[in-house]
Amino acid sequence: MSAENKQATTVAAAAAAEPTSAAVNMANLRGGIEYASQWELMWARFKKHKVAYWSMMFVAFLYFVAIFAEFLSPFNPEDPSSSTVYQPPQMVHFDGIKPYVKKYDLTRDPETLAPIYVEAEEKTYIKFFVKGFEYKLLGLIPTDMHLFGPDDPSHKIFLLGSDRLGRDMLSRVIYGARFTLSMGLIGVILSTFLGIILGGISGYYGGKTDWFIQRVVEFILSLPTIPIWLAMASAMPRNWPPHLVYISVTVIISLIGWTHLARVVRGKFLAMRGEVFVIAAKLDGCSEGRVIFRHMLPSMASHVIAAVTLAIPSMILAETTLSFLGLGLQPPAISWGVLLKDAQKISVISNAPWLFLPGLATVLAVLAMNFFGDGLRDAADPYSH
Amino acid sequence: MVDTVNTANQNQSSDIILDVRNLRTYFGTGEKAVKAVDDISFKMMRGKTLCIVGESGSGKSVTARSILQIVDPPGKIMGGEVIYYGKDPKGQDLAKLHERSAEIRSIRGHEISMIFQEPMTSLSPIHTIGNQICETILLHQKVDEAEARARAIELLRRVEIPNPQVAIDKYTFEYSGGMRQRAMIAMSLACNPKILIADEPTTALDVTTQAEILALIKELQTSYGMGVLFITHDMGVVAEIADEIGVMQNGRMLEFGSAEQIFYEAKHPYTLELIDSVRKLEKSARASRGTRATDKKLMEIRNVSKIYPARSSFMGKKNPPFKALDNVSLDVYEGENLGIVGESGSGKTTLGNCVIRVLSCSGGEVLFRMADGRISDLAKAGTHELRQVHREIRMVFQDPFASLNPRMTIGQIVGEPLLVAGTHTGEALRKRVEELLAMVGMPSGAMERYPHAFSGGQRQRIGIARALALSPRLIIADEATSALDVTLRSQVLDLLLDLQDTLNLSFILVSHDIGVIRYFCDRVAVMYKGQVVEHGPAEKICSNPDHPYTKALISAVPGTHPRDKRIVNRHRYDASAAGIQLSGS
Repeated sequence: MSAENKQATTVAAAAAAEPTSAAVNMANLRGGIEYASQWELMWARFKKHKVAYWSMMFVAFLYFVAIFAEFLSPFNPEDPSSSTVYQPPQMVHFDGIKPYVKKYDLTRDPETLAPIYVEAEEKTYIKFFVKGFEYKLLGLIPTDMHLFGPDDPSHKIFLLGSDRLGRDMLSRVIYGARFTLSMGLIGVILSTFLGIILGGISGYYGGKTDWFIQRVVEFILSLPTIPIWLAMASAMPRNWPPHLVYISVTVIISLIGWTHLARVVRGKFLAMRGEVFVIAAKLDGCSEGRVIFRHMLPSMASHVIAAVTLAIPSMILAETTLSFLGLGLQPPAISWGVLLKDAQKISVISNAPWLFLPGLATVLAVLAMNFFGDGLRDAADPYSH
Repeated sequence: MVDTVNTANQNQSSDIILDVRNLRTYFGTGEKAVKAVDDISFKMMRGKTLCIVGESGSGKSVTARSILQIVDPPGKIMGGEVIYYGKDPKGQDLAKLHERSAEIRSIRGHEISMIFQEPMTSLSPIHTIGNQICETILLHQKVDEAEARARAIELLRRVEIPNPQVAIDKYTFEYSGGMRQRAMIAMSLACNPKILIADEPTTALDVTTQAEILALIKELQTSYGMGVLFITHDMGVVAEIADEIGVMQNGRMLEFGSAEQIFYEAKHPYTLELIDSVRKLEKSARASRGTRATDKKLMEIRNVSKIYPARSSFMGKKNPPFKALDNVSLDVYEGENLGIVGESGSGKTTLGNCVIRVLSCSGGEVLFRMADGRISDLAKAGTHELRQVHREIRMVFQDPFASLNPRMTIGQIVGEPLLVAGTHTGEALRKRVEELLAMVGMPSGAMERYPHAFSGGQRQRIGIARALALSPRLIIADEATSALDVTLRSQVLDLLLDLQDTLNLSFILVSHDIGVIRYFCDRVAVMYKGQVVEHGPAEKICSNPDHPYTKALISAVPGTHPRDKRIVNRHRYDASAAGIQLSGS
């Protein structure tokens, strides 16, 4: 064994141009595959799926952004300014290695009073780790440090432009990620809970219970989603504070979202109930609980995780749709859907197309999660071919 | 050297139909390529049967597929020649033809046809059998549809399908396994092929059906004058039908010769091992080991039935209730090995499952005498009592791949019953698992590994270790050796017998394989359609049975001597004719 590893290392050393080449991975696998657990095998297989791998990195990056939103956004997203209404995005230029943006001067069209921005020669340098508005990092540590910002605090920079009230779009998109992505996650956790319990009961016990739960699932699936969301959302009192609205919107979305997951879990339980190793576990004297939790659930965990990952994007889209229609979160809460609501008017689309950027963020996030989920699903059963 | 080969060819060329020279088929390229067929040469004679025998993964199927260029990707013929003397007396190299060319297609199914192991997957489920045979005829021959249909009926008659005029319009699922294989053969004969390639055509069939198919192939071969290339892992089948034999292992042809040469003058140790592992099962191991059976009853199975109730199907058709077990009564004595033998659907596995209560019985009693002397009726036992009994009765399963949880290490799998029973924990558990693995001949290093690190034979040993964990008194082995290669089969049986000598065990061995039963068991019960038709000492049942069904079953088992031709002289059993007799017994 050690000779084999040694040989593989020399091969890897020979291919020194690529130190993390496949040769090294193969050497690790060769030594360890017999001892590799389910998760190690899954990981080895998942890594081969390049698109899924990089999508996972991107998703991780998005959640990182959501967690450190205050630190990453240069300005307070609620900070309006009448002199920067609908300012277009500013290009980043480089003065040596120092990045800067050119200032825009605001003039108004004499007839329509529409704002016209003219690029001036004046430079605003971008500095890293600057002081800005005060916040609590992770809700705990009070600080005013930001990743980047204008050199001169009196100046402003709008890398993604500004909105109707002159607020920084970049900061708003970053803040929006927090609501939208966490809504996806929390909604999925809720529907996973419902889905696993109901699907599990349905699949394990079968018979009448199964019949009843499956008819409920079919009923829910037959409902047209958007009208139902509308009905539920309209039942929500208008004067609720944003966090209550947030929670109830999540509940509304996941009440419908659990059905698909329940079907996946049920199918797996049904298939696994007859597996010989499950019968063997019963004959080993395992109690019902031990058969389910020790023998059946671990075999399903990977499938469930894949299904969950694939469910997050639909949650995100649901939130975006609801908020876009004005029935989900309400301003001052910021989510991608709320931001997109500003882009409903045709005049806005023609004058300030950058207000669509939250939509782009949604598309990228949903795509990445779909690829990630697909990769997970393919890797979920490392014992198949 | 080359010249002498060529002159030899010319001398015999009228007899040779297929000449395979240095054939190499690899899966993948470069150093990592799997050499499925590695430099193989053999000659096939006109009108003779060539058997290629080998264990799973030896490359025998790929060899057959290479001839017709139907190797599944990424498999590729890397070199060699396949010279076919059917059309062109000078020979035609099939390996050189493009895999989608018109020439190779005119040979596939027309000149050389093939039948497969699983007829269900090679026949289309949405067309009638007749349509499929007619299609083959119309594809390769210039005849009209009425003529094709008439020929299809004639073919079905040739393969002994009863009532061919009606049978031709039936669908695949209306045929039994043996009938499907007959239909496949009929289809492959549609164009009077010069070579028939049969890839394990009888492996999925019961032994009596196998005997019929083998006899049919043999009979058709003589009347059509075909060459038959027969691929199998079963030395018994080889002995019955082969004129010439090639033995393959790891993609190489180890030995090639006439049937007599291979069976009586084999040179290669692997060939000898193959033949020995079959011949070994022709005698009882009890003869050399001595029996351990006592006259103390361990278990009484009384009038056990298992009835699946009537169900109305989707179209409202009522299916009658199905009696999987019909009043079965048997005794198991301490220290003995009871064999339950029968064909698929005979209820032997159901009986095994009812005895250990994986399935619940519809009626009857299963009285088990526990170690402390209590008598427990398993058919009615509650959850708590069953848990007690399951420490004393354990099961070894058929499929070594499905029966081990792939997510647990070997240590966890073998230790699970001990852990659940609460008899061992921590270091004691580890010690016990190590001891159990040593008992079944596995290294203690296996503990940390996962099942995917082991081969079928090793996994079956692990399954046995798990069964032994709680020091049981009775082990039910349900086809425990049928998923294994022949050489492993007798090893596992010997392991079980060794364990019996030291651990005071009794076995119920459920098997379709007479050889395994004869080798392993003291007493045998023969099952047919949910009933025990005959039971008695293994020696007697296997050599001189009373019941006509048992006679048919025993005589259909292939022998190991090419001169015997047992199958041709087999005893046939007609269930409908013997129906009165059966229900009376």
